[in-house]
Amino acid sequence: MEPATRTQNPVVTGTSVLGIKYKDGIMLAADTLASYGSLARFRDVERLIKVGNTTIIGASGDISDFQYITHLLEKILIKESNTEDGHQLYARHIHEYLGRLMYGRRSKHNPLWNSMVVGGIRDGEGGTFLGFVDLQGTTYEAPTIATGYGAYIAQPILRKAVEGREDTLTEEEAEKVLEDCMRVLFYRDARSINKIQIAKVNASGISISDPRFLDTEWAFAEGIRGYGATD
Amino acid sequence: MQMYEEQKSSCPVKVPVECRFSPYTDNGGTTLAIAGDDFCVIAGDTRQSEGYSINSRYAPKVYQLSNGSVLATGGMYADGVTLVKMIEQRLEWYRHAHDKQMSSGALAQMLSTILYHKRMFPYYVWNTLGGLDEDGKGAVYSYDPVGSYEKQKWNCSGSAGHLIQPFLDNQIGFTHQKEKAPLTLERVVQVTKDAFTSATERDIYTGDNLEMFLVTQNGIEKTRVELKKD
Repeated sequence: MEPATRTQNPVVTGTSVLGIKYKDGIMLAADTLASYGSLARFRDVERLIKVGNTTIIGASGDISDFQYITHLLEKILIKESNTEDGHQLYARHIHEYLGRLMYGRRSKHNPLWNSMVVGGIRDGEGGTFLGFVDLQGTTYEAPTIATGYGAYIAQPILRKAVEGREDTLTEEEAEKVLEDCMRVLFYRDARSINKIQIAKVNASGISISDPRFLDTEWAFAEGIRGYGATD
Repeated sequence: MQMYEEQKSSCPVKVPVECRFSPYTDNGGTTLAIAGDDFCVIAGDTRQSEGYSINSRYAPKVYQLSNGSVLATGGMYADGVTLVKMIEQRLEWYRHAHDKQMSSGALAQMLSTILYHKRMFPYYVWNTLGGLDEDGKGAVYSYDPVGSYEKQKWNCSGSAGHLIQPFLDNQIGFTHQKEKAPLTLERVVQVTKDAFTSATERDIYTGDNLEMFLVTQNGIEKTRVELKKD
């Protein structure tokens, strides 16, 4: 009998993804680093993708598994549009598909090593959707979602800013809290980088920003031994 | 050299080099069901946790099934979701085959069979099934993850099961009590609320919201009560 070669481990990985609901829709944030273990291997990998015209996905974990998932999503989107039946796949459907995909793979002991945040227009009735899927098939919806280190560092900040304010939080406020969280993550998460993207879904459609650098403050370091001070 | 040897052996912690994949996770949560003479109350909190993190404050794990029974799941959320999909499919097949709804007693046996068929790779779920039997009496069945089950009058499972079950034995079963108050729907609802508010104080995996299904001859009423969010 062949030895089991199913269980894998992540190789090239992306760190936290953040997602929140706001007044006009959904906003996601992620940095652009793909690490090879502790090596900052690829510094401009985009981990936020557009799926159809109403859904965005952010992925942390194994980058090649995510590229495979992206490929699967492209396939089902093409199949769906070819039917020309007036239906389309909204965020809720993409989330359900990913949930079953990830659960099916974990049940074969051959997981796709990712945690994903799915945001967008809920379904044909409208409304917004923000959901999570991981490598064990765990799924949930929430007004704020953070994967990886973000669950410990960013989630408390996001909940304080968003919970109970989903319908009043403006686009500017939402973008600021996400950027603040990404900055805190850059300061504390050793697998992060100061280059981020922000993706939005609202009435005017999807927009994914070009990668941009975070403004960071290091003046404090001058007086600290190990950063700048030499004595 | 001596220093190095000592330093090496003085560390008792073995660090695993490879992180093996575990297909299981525990998402916590508490479920409860109480059967009355002509009603049944099935309840569960709506918090979903993983480790010390709260994933979501509203991820319901109590499901109203298409045959009029209510299934409360606890343990691994993804397994619970899958199990409910399986059951719903089997209920539909039963309707097509027999042109009637499956009774709660038949569903109870079927659930045991479904769970045992995955004996070697179990659904990591503690189920509690509630509803009315063919005579309209309240019925509660509780299960372990591999399908061992028992018909009961009341049950509480999940992360605060060990906190609430003895309270129910006392307040619903009247153990060690001289006076036995009649078991009305109103009293059962009040006992359920009290059980969950108290469990929320002590169990970190229970909280956020309490979702209750009140099953009577007239149908199923779903209610939600807020629990503490800390």
